[in-house]
Amino acid sequence: MTRYILGRFAQALGVLWAAYTVTFAVLYLLPSDPIALQLGAAGIETDKLTPAELHTAKARFGLDRPILEQYFSDLWGFLRGDLGESIAKQQSVASLIGDRLAPTLSLSLAAAVVALLAGTALAYLASYVRWRPARLVLTRLPSFGASFPQFFIALVLIQFLSFNLGLLPATGIRGWKSLVMPTITISILVASQLAAVLMRSFDDTLSQPYIVTARAKGLSRAAVQWHHGLRNALLPATTILGVLVGLTVTSSIIAETVFSRNGIGKLAQEAVLAQDVPVVLAIVTLAAAIFVVVNLVVDLLYPLLDPRIVQGQRKEVTI
Amino acid sequence: MTTSVVPETTGTEAPAAASAAAAAAAAAAAAAAAAPATAAPVAGAKPGAGGALLSERLIADSEPGGRWVGLRATARTLAVKPGFVLAVLFIAFVVVSAFAPGLFTSRDPYSTAPAERMDSPSLNHLFGTDELGRDLWTRMLYGSQLTIKAALIALGIAIVIGLALGVLSGLSGGFFDALLMRIVDVQLAIPVLLLSLAIVTALGFGTVPVAIAVGVGIMPAFARTTRAEVLRVKTLPFVEASRAGGASWPRVLLTHVLPNSCGPVAVLAVLDTGVAILYIASLSFLGFGAAPPQAEWGTLISAGRNYLVTAPWVSLLPGLFVAAVVLSLNHISKTIQERER
Repeated sequence: MTRYILGRFAQALGVLWAAYTVTFAVLYLLPSDPIALQLGAAGIETDKLTPAELHTAKARFGLDRPILEQYFSDLWGFLRGDLGESIAKQQSVASLIGDRLAPTLSLSLAAAVVALLAGTALAYLASYVRWRPARLVLTRLPSFGASFPQFFIALVLIQFLSFNLGLLPATGIRGWKSLVMPTITISILVASQLAAVLMRSFDDTLSQPYIVTARAKGLSRAAVQWHHGLRNALLPATTILGVLVGLTVTSSIIAETVFSRNGIGKLAQEAVLAQDVPVVLAIVTLAAAIFVVVNLVVDLLYPLLDPRIVQGQRKEVTI
Repeated sequence: MTTSVVPETTGTEAPAAASAAAAAAAAAAAAAAAAPATAAPVAGAKPGAGGALLSERLIADSEPGGRWVGLRATARTLAVKPGFVLAVLFIAFVVVSAFAPGLFTSRDPYSTAPAERMDSPSLNHLFGTDELGRDLWTRMLYGSQLTIKAALIALGIAIVIGLALGVLSGLSGGFFDALLMRIVDVQLAIPVLLLSLAIVTALGFGTVPVAIAVGVGIMPAFARTTRAEVLRVKTLPFVEASRAGGASWPRVLLTHVLPNSCGPVAVLAVLDTGVAILYIASLSFLGFGAAPPQAEWGTLISAGRNYLVTAPWVSLLPGLFVAAVVLSLNHISKTIQERER
């Protein structure tokens, strides 16, 4: 058991390191001039500088070092919690992210809870209903929900709930009311993805022999699905939890941009717009870290949730 | 959709072997027939493999049970589904309009008309006009030019790299396979939108960088699907027979493995075109797409959001249009998938 846990920890760290390295490579090795790019972000136009000025400007942001040296010093910084310095905002990335953590955290949590409940309820209903037209509508709902661009959903919500009915504030981060529309925006997509996976899982579970046995013993269909179906159908879906959380986090980029919420998603959008490389690197790594942690927790809990399964042999599902 | 995809893969990659390639579905017997001249007498030389093969009759593509007949039967059943036909027609319209927007509108996407600012949708202006009096329907069609082409570039990148990686790791197995799949795993840890944002940061803004970013982002799904299919197909009897008959791996790959594993990849391609369009629209909505006055779908929707109070159609109609495209693609891929099951 200890060996399994240690192995999973090592694997998680490995994936995180690889994700960081891939992102670093994308940002620094792609055929563009990262130095001009980053100095441009700081408002310095490279072609107007004398060589000496260019050198001081590069040294100011540590861009004059060889690429490998930059990589290792950045990596060492990340390990110690030092995420570097934003070039556009001349501020440490860690404090930038820290300042903006609260709105994103509350939005992501709310969206995750709503999506989890809505997605599960939809899949549960779709596999319980026997009337064919209703069943058809319910089973098609996930691909319907995933077809609408998130920003479009957000704009429709603003149009109807804010401008037409005047129920909710269109922008801002004050009070629970400002949380409603961004939460709906994000959770429609996430709930759709979850429901699609859960529906297949319910189909598999409800055709198992123990379901037939339970029915044969005289339990009603409703009781069988509630007591025997639900928990077993939820199990394989835990493996996509990491992907869903990742989706929630990235959706906040769009939701926060549309609803003008000053969170990390908005920070990401601003950073890309300003081509602020250190901030982008830190945010991508942060998202990868969240994914890795969620997956690690799921992996460690899985043997407890489903004792039938030998450690490390859980069933894989894909979206 | 399937009909158009199958000949493409065989036709472009092995034009000389086209007739042999298409016969792959005709099971083991075809393998011996399709093998190069040097391998042809093998059937007699190795009675263990050849004897069993010769007892089966060759089935040509156009005969009952052949590949084209099966596809035509599929097409016939699908053609009577109204939703499916509607979706295909709509996608056909969008693709045609992307390459020849002038067919469906006589206006100029950039000509402004101050007198007609913010006109609501009418027969004259199907989608209404924007803040400069430009016809939105026309701008939408010219936007297709950018967005659909970007989606095709993204899809091309994802299919080429994904297919290559999937085939390599599926065929080679062992360490190489493990390595490639770990790379795909790592890419899975970075959400697609964030990876695309990182690539856009490095490459700069515009339609092509966005397309490349999205293509790389959706690539892992293709690599995984192709690998799974190659692993399945490569153990089938006719592939082993073809190998035993002396055909080289590249030949077996082109004539037998690829044609028989491209079904699920094609379905994924249709589905992921919709996903790619959503990501491309999102990235251009966030402001990383083509520079004005050119406008992709996402840019159009984004530009209209400042006028939501007075002229909601400027944003909402283009948004509905994008949703309809993605919905149609989803419906097409889902219908084919259910049919194949």
